[in-house]
Parts: sequence; structure tokens; C-alpha cells
Amino acid sequence: MATENQLLDPRHWVKAHADYLYGYALPRLNDEEQAKDLVQETFLAALERKDKFEGKSSERTWLTAILKNKIIDVYRKKSSGLKMADVKEAEEEQQDFFDADNGHWNKAHYPQPFGIEDHDPLTGKEFNQILQKCLQKLPALWMAVFTMKHIDDAATDIICNDLKVTQANFWVIIHRAKLNLRACLQRNWI
Amino acid sequence: MSPLKNIIYNCRQATFLIEKKQLQKLGFRETIELRIHLAGCSICILYNQQSRIIHEMVKQLFLDSMKTSGTRLDDDFKQELQERIDAELNKK
Repeated sequence: MATENQLLDPRHWVKAHADYLYGYALPRLNDEEQAKDLVQETFLAALERKDKFEGKSSERTWLTAILKNKIIDVYRKKSSGLKMADVKEAEEEQQDFFDADNGHWNKAHYPQPFGIEDHDPLTGKEFNQILQKCLQKLPALWMAVFTMKHIDDAATDIICNDLKVTQANFWVIIHRAKLNLRACLQRNWI
Repeated sequence: MSPLKNIIYNCRQATFLIEKKQLQKLGFRETIELRIHLAGCSICILYNQQSRIIHEMVKQLFLDSMKTSGTRLDDDFKQELQERIDAELNKK
């Protein structure tokens, strides 16, 4: 007997889901052209495998899952092999934050008050712009880990698996990304 | 240096635990170590505050960028996309 499965209606995908998918991709990629490309690729990939749609989820959920995999592919590509030069550079940036022997903050890199600790930080539009700029400076792999954790609140082992990093390395990346981000805010804000 | 003494003076390790704590419950030992460190290190207390604020702000930033109207595709692009999909469908 026919169950109440959801059906696909590809001719309405653009109207019904294109903006949504774009809005999903953009903050995760921070690149308009790339986000557009992935929306298009998602629709085309979905058309190819529309016979495999089982109707267990909604059309939108199904399309979003395809898009999500494509985003993870982009993360992987960006952070693979030769392009790891950006990680090296970011690591060099923080190598004098702490004393190499005892791990104490070096005086030149002491955290300084931002002056927003007590206020509602969400109103600081200018601060937000600097934050955005500083995020963009993070190496691709760090940004991918950071984005997956902060936007999707994805489980750590899923992120590790998707991005092929070990658990230990995951925490190192979270720590390093935050150290550089905080230092960048301090440099540009105070 | 004993392991405990190690953490008391080690800000690198303390900031590592501060970051981990925001995303995951620390183990018993880690919790004690961090607490002891923060009891005596005003710089890391400030770091801890700032780290939490940054965490919230980053989350908010991502949320906002998903909600704002800036994330609409332009009509030309959609038109092309529609034509492409129609063409694919008509092929079959």
C-alpha cells in the first residue's frame, strides 16, 4: 500500500528552497560565489539521485543534507595537503604568546581588557565587524572546525571524522584558533 | 616540576582547558587544575571572560548571517537555475 511519503517536486525547488540553501551555505563558507555554486551543484546532484529519495524526511531536509556534504568537501579540499601553509603561518603568529619553558603569558601578549566585558556585546556593531575580519584570517582547517562546532554544534567525533582530524588535534585546533582570534581582536579593537 | 605545579604556572595549559570547558565538561582532574590556576592568575581570569564573550559573539554572528535578508539569491541566478533544472528534467 502506498504510504504517506513525501514527494519531490523538482520544478519548484528553486522557488521553494534556493534562498534557504543559499542562506545555509553562505555563513559556513563566507564566500558568495562558492555558496551559489554549491546551491546549483546541490540541485543537480539531487536531480540525479531523486530516485533514491525515500520520503522519510522532507524535501528541504533531504536537499540540505546533500548541500552539507558538499560544504564538508569544500572544507576538506581547502585544508588538504599543500594548502596547510596557512596553518603554519597561524602557528608562528602565536608562538611567542607564551614562554616556551614554563607556559606563562609573555608580557607583550598579555590579554588587555576590551572594555566590553560588562556590556551587552551584541550591540557592538563595530566590534562585530572586526570579529568577522579576524575570523576570516584563520586558516581554512581551523575555520572549518570552528564553524562546524559553533554553527551546528556538531558532535566532536562527527567533526573529527568529517575533517579527518584526531580528537587530540581537534582540541588543539579549538585552542589555537581562539588564541589567534582573541589576539586579533585585541590588536584591532583597543 | 610536579604535574600540579606545572599547571599552576602554565597559562598555555590553562587557556587550553578554558577553551575545552566551553564545549565539553572537563574531567575531575582538569577541573581542579583549572580552578587552582584561575585562583592565582588574573591574566587568565580576564582571558576566561573574553573567551566566553567571543564564544557567544561568534555564535550570534553565525545566527545573524543566516537570518538577514542579505542571504537572498539574485533573480537572474535563480532564473538560470530554474532553466537548468527544467532542461535536465525534459531530457528524461
